[in-house]
Amino acid sequence: MDIKENIVEVRENIWEIPSSYKKEMRVPGRLYLEEDSLANLEKGAFEQVVNVACLPGIQKFSIGLPDIHFGYGFPIGGVGAFSARTGVISPGGVGFDINCGVRMIRTNLTEDDLHPKMKEIVDNLFANIPSGVGSKGKVRLKNDEIDEVLKFGAEWAVEHEYGWEEDLQFLEENGRILDADPSEVSQKAKKRGIPQLGSLGSGNHFLEIQKIDEIFNEEVAKTFNLEPDTITIMIHSGSRGCGHQVCSDYLRVMDKAYKKHNVNIPDRQLACAPIDSDEAQSYFRAMAAAANYAWANRQMMLHWVRETFEKIFSQSAEDMEMSVIYDIAHNIAKKEVHKIKGRNEEVIVHRKGATRAYGPGRVEIPSEYRNIGQPVLIPGTMGTASYILHGTEIAMEETFGSTAHGAGRKLSRTGAKKRYSSSEIKKDLESKGIHVRASSAPVLAEEAPGAYKDVDEVVRTSDSTGIAKLVAKVIPLAVTKG
Amino acid sequence: MNKKNQEIQEKIHQKYEFFDVTADIGFWAYGKTLEESFENAALAMFNVITKTDSVAENESRKINIESEDLTSLLYDFLEELLFIYEVDLLLFSKFDLSIKKGNIDNNEIYKLEAVVTGEEIDWNKHYRGSEVKAITFHMMEVLCEDICKIRVILDL
Repeated sequence: MDIKENIVEVRENIWEIPSSYKKEMRVPGRLYLEEDSLANLEKGAFEQVVNVACLPGIQKFSIGLPDIHFGYGFPIGGVGAFSARTGVISPGGVGFDINCGVRMIRTNLTEDDLHPKMKEIVDNLFANIPSGVGSKGKVRLKNDEIDEVLKFGAEWAVEHEYGWEEDLQFLEENGRILDADPSEVSQKAKKRGIPQLGSLGSGNHFLEIQKIDEIFNEEVAKTFNLEPDTITIMIHSGSRGCGHQVCSDYLRVMDKAYKKHNVNIPDRQLACAPIDSDEAQSYFRAMAAAANYAWANRQMMLHWVRETFEKIFSQSAEDMEMSVIYDIAHNIAKKEVHKIKGRNEEVIVHRKGATRAYGPGRVEIPSEYRNIGQPVLIPGTMGTASYILHGTEIAMEETFGSTAHGAGRKLSRTGAKKRYSSSEIKKDLESKGIHVRASSAPVLAEEAPGAYKDVDEVVRTSDSTGIAKLVAKVIPLAVTKG
Repeated sequence: MNKKNQEIQEKIHQKYEFFDVTADIGFWAYGKTLEESFENAALAMFNVITKTDSVAENESRKINIESEDLTSLLYDFLEELLFIYEVDLLLFSKFDLSIKKGNIDNNEIYKLEAVVTGEEIDWNKHYRGSEVKAITFHMMEVLCEDICKIRVILDL
C-alpha cells in the first residue's frame, strides 16, 4: 500500500497519515509541507514518521516539520512526544549532536561600521574561536572541572567570566537542564569533551556576521529589539565530541535495553527504553549533561566574539549593545508539560532537527518576550538568509510547541563536490560581498548553498501553517567555518 | 569464474570505496580476511578525516576490544579509533589486527587486538578533510563469502 495514497489533507500544507495505515501505529502522522515538497519527499522519511508513530506511549501525532528528511531511525525535522508515565526515551530521537543549536546576538553597529574592517574581523574571529579537532584549545580544564561544565552548563561559563549574568535569561532552559548528572556520562565522553570545550566544530557549523535585511512584523521586532540594518551575529554549534560520545554510548545501551524490556520497535535504530527504566533515566541525565556542555560551549564563543569586536572597534561590548537575542537547541529531548485532551500532561518531547516554538504566556519564555512567544532562530546555509520567527498558540496545540530547524541537505557531500569546487564557491560568495574563511579544504564545496534545500520555503511553510510566524530576515556578510 | 576472480582481485586491491549518503558518507571496505577488511575500514575512515598518504608512522597505540557480535566489534573498533584521534590528536595510517572468537559464560564473544600506527595531527602538513562525529549502525554490515566486505556509514 502506497503511503502517499493514504494521506489526507488536514488544512492547507498540513497532511495526515491516518493511524489506520498500519496496525502498529498508535497515533497518526502529521506532515507540515507545501504540496510540491510532499510530492518530492523521500519514501524513507514517510516510513520513519510512521515508525515513530508505533512507539509506546507516543502522544497526539508523530510529526514531520517543513524541513523533514531521512535520518537514522527517527527522521530529521521530526518531533515525537512520549508520555512521562507510559512512554519511552530514545537516543535516536535526539541524534548524535546533542543540543546542536543556534545563538543569536544583536549589535547597534551597521554595515558601514563593519565594511572597512571586515577582513580584520573575519581573520580575528577565525583566530579567536577554535574550530575543530586538533585546533589548539584556548581553555585547559582540570580533570574534574568537566563535571562542573556538565552540571551547570552556561552558568559555569558565566561564573568563569565568559559573558554576562543577564545572558542566561535569554537561553532556552537558561542554559542549564537541572536533570543533568555528570556521573552518567562516560569517561570517554568527558575526555573527548575536555579539549574541545569552546570550539565551533566542522561540517554545517558556522559563525556568521549578518545584517537585518527585512522586518515582517514591526511590533514583534521591536519587542525582540531588532533594528533594521543593524548587525547580528549567529553561532551554530553543539556539544562536540562529548555529545557524540554520549549518543554512541547510549545507542549501545539501548540496543540491549529494548530487547530486555520487550519493547517492540519497527527499526533497530529506534532503540529505546521505558521511561522509568534505569537505562532511560541514565540516558536522560547524560543527555542533559551533554546539552549543558553545548550551552557552555556557545557561551564561551559568545564571549570571544564580544572580545574580538571590542578589540577591533575599541569600544565595550556593552556600548555596542551586544546582547543575546536568544539561544535555541534543535537536537534534544525535554520533559515538558503540554495540553493533551484538555489536560496538562507531562511528556518527553524528542526534537531531532526541530526548534522549540513556544507560544505566548509560557513561563519558560523570558518575561520581555512572554506576551509574544519565544524567538525561533532558523539558520540558512552558507551564503543564504537566516530567519527569526516567533512561537505560536497553534504550535502549542499541534506540534508540542515546535517548528523546523533549517534547510536540510539536498545533495550528498560527494555530490556537492562533483558540482562545485571550494575555490569557486569562495569566489562566488565574495562576488556577493560575503567574506568566508574555513579551516578544512573541502568544506566550502560540501556546504555549497546549492547542496541544501531552500530555507525560504521551510520558513514560509512554518509561517503559512502557523506553527511559527515570521519576524525578520537576516542576510550574511561574513562566515567562518570549521 | 575468471571474471568473478578478477572482480575479487580488484576489490582487494582497491581496499575500500566510498558511496553517497545524503547528509553523510558511507564506505565499503574489502579484504581477503576478516582482519584485512577491518584494517581497510579503519583506513577508509581516516581517509575521510585526512589523506593517509601524508601520515607518517611514528606513533603507535594498542587496542583491545571485546564485543558480542561482529558488527558491534566493528562499531566499537572504529569508535575507539575516533576516540584516540580526538583525545590524543593522532592520525593513523597503518593498522595491524587479529580477531579471535571466544566464549564467556557460554556466550560467544569476539576479541580484537590491534596495533595502530600514525602521527600527531599537524593541520599545516596534513590535509584537513571532514570531521567525523560518530559511527552509525545504519546499514552496517560485515559479510565474509569469497572475500570479506564491510559496509559503514559515518555521521559527519
